[in-house]
Amino acid sequence: MRQCSSPSHRSPEVPMATLEINDLHVSVETEGGPTEILRGVDLTVKQGETHAIMGPNGSGKSTLAYSLAGHPKYTVTGGSVKLDGEDVLEMSVDERARAGVFLAMQYPVEVPGVSVSNFLRTSATAIRGEAPKLRTWVKEVKEAMERLSIDPAFAERNVNEGFSGGEKKRHEILQLELLKPAIAILDETDSGLDVDALRVVSEGVNRVRESGEVGTLLITHYTRILRYIKPDFVHVFAKGRIAESGGAELADKLEEEGYEEYVKGGATA
Amino acid sequence: MAEAHNIPAGSSTTGAIAVAAESTTATRMSAPPSFDVADFPVPHGREEEWRFTPLDRLKGLHDGTAQATGTVKTEVSAPDGVTVEKVSRDDARIGRAGKPVDRVAAQAFSSFEKASVITVPKDAVLTEPVRVNLHGEGGVTYGHTVFDIGAFAEAVIVIDHTGDAVRSANVEFVLGDGAKVTVVSVQDWDDTAVHCSQHNALVGRDATFKSVVVTFGGDLVRLNPRVSYGGPGAEAELYGLYFTDAGQHQEHRLLVDHDTPNCRSNVAYKGALQGDDAHAVWIGDVLIRAEATGTDTYELNRNLVLTDGSRVDSVPNLEIETGEIVGAGHASATGRFEDDQLFYLMARGIPEREARRLVVRGFFAELVQQIGLPDVEERLISRIEAELEASVS
Repeated sequence: MRQCSSPSHRSPEVPMATLEINDLHVSVETEGGPTEILRGVDLTVKQGETHAIMGPNGSGKSTLAYSLAGHPKYTVTGGSVKLDGEDVLEMSVDERARAGVFLAMQYPVEVPGVSVSNFLRTSATAIRGEAPKLRTWVKEVKEAMERLSIDPAFAERNVNEGFSGGEKKRHEILQLELLKPAIAILDETDSGLDVDALRVVSEGVNRVRESGEVGTLLITHYTRILRYIKPDFVHVFAKGRIAESGGAELADKLEEEGYEEYVKGGATA
Repeated sequence: MAEAHNIPAGSSTTGAIAVAAESTTATRMSAPPSFDVADFPVPHGREEEWRFTPLDRLKGLHDGTAQATGTVKTEVSAPDGVTVEKVSRDDARIGRAGKPVDRVAAQAFSSFEKASVITVPKDAVLTEPVRVNLHGEGGVTYGHTVFDIGAFAEAVIVIDHTGDAVRSANVEFVLGDGAKVTVVSVQDWDDTAVHCSQHNALVGRDATFKSVVVTFGGDLVRLNPRVSYGGPGAEAELYGLYFTDAGQHQEHRLLVDHDTPNCRSNVAYKGALQGDDAHAVWIGDVLIRAEATGTDTYELNRNLVLTDGSRVDSVPNLEIETGEIVGAGHASATGRFEDDQLFYLMARGIPEREARRLVVRGFFAELVQQIGLPDVEERLISRIEAELEASVS
């Protein structure tokens, strides 16, 4: 198993982190036995690039996100995932995070009794390999919260407990800004957000993108968020694999025509 | 209202609010309270008060076969002004806070040699806790201790149980008017110990009684913390924390008897369970009698099941005989340690062991903060951490 290093420790000879997904097959256990959800996903995401993955419900988009992060519910049955040549699938969930993979979740989990400030600091300590200096850390968190219009009182609340949908998503993006991953996977971060929240969250994502140091995998059902976050590539996800790839113009086509073309010809998993 | 959600297989949560002319809390017991062990039939295990307890692990405390042959080393450190006496059964200060309610408690009352009476005089405000350290050196022992707290006195009492023992011992707390008492009882026995104890508190007018029961050790621990009120304006806070490991049976059976107007009670017990055949039982009876108008009460039990194979029985029971109260409620919930929480924390780079520790600490944090004694709080946190270390390594 590989020794993990934080993104800032990445050696200068490999300036561009690259996530390579090759022929990825993933199953979940259902009552009727294992069901294949991902059926051969091929995708390469380089640092600095933004890829939008769009697709209808049930196409396997979220499965891709959770599989990359290592959720135990999903079983990889074939293919490979490599980050800078290292085998991601061999890593545990926390090792993947420390290697630079970040998943902003569609449904962030409540953790009663654990304060946001404690959580953020524990997480930053794990990712950076050392505890951030208290003084600079407090300032760093405060500024990041201000940029996302998060009430300072938020820091003393328990992680995601009693958060509104918008607060949960802002909290995810706060972590993204603080943890500065090499690869950010945003799983339907736009869902359930009103226009104001969508704008604030998108601005957060764009700040991280502007550093040029993150490769972004933006998973979404709707084109709405793409008005704020301009993708370099758009991929249509259907039936557990990428059905079509293109530039930003592909999103416009989807906006016009929907997913009809991609889902016909049988039910999807 | 009783809420129960996310209950894993092998656990049960039931709750009831009864509005009755006649107390079912009393009638559910197989015999009325008595000081005499002969008034209680030997339990067979199907009685309401025994149905969760593995009688065969009581080592004879329930059927008269447990002869007092063992030793418990007792150290009492009492600040100046506090008196410690050994007295016999007929001393008038004994038995005022309540009678034994089951055969094992009555056995203790019938079998102890000398009782301890620890007196905090009227108006005394103690700056140091009264500490009672009981260290079992094996074998059967019986005991009885009375804490007699004078009017307007303030005291913290810490009772510690360690070592190995088969012990049934009752404790009384008699609080004078306006007294303020915090009692911490820690059951940190070896994993072979058997311990049964009835805690009776009689809380005087405008007095405040705070009980913190902490159970970590023992093969079988069965405690009955009970509160009744000696005058209006009194308040009782009953907190409990338990960490039930593989094979352990830890049972806490509470009764708050609101028999006096304008009194308050708040009960909060939280437990974590891990390992095969870890069994926690929590019974929370609150009785609001017809005369107890103006009562304000709430009780809560929460359990966190860390591994498969453990079992929780949680039964809150609220009986209300008058509608003229400020408030009454209860809640009970048993939840499994959520893999989703673990995943969320690990997805932020936090190693599994640390993630588990965060979640369990978080579960207990609110309760630990209620104790208000920093050294006890720290000890509890480190003890919880030690339990977790044992589980993940």
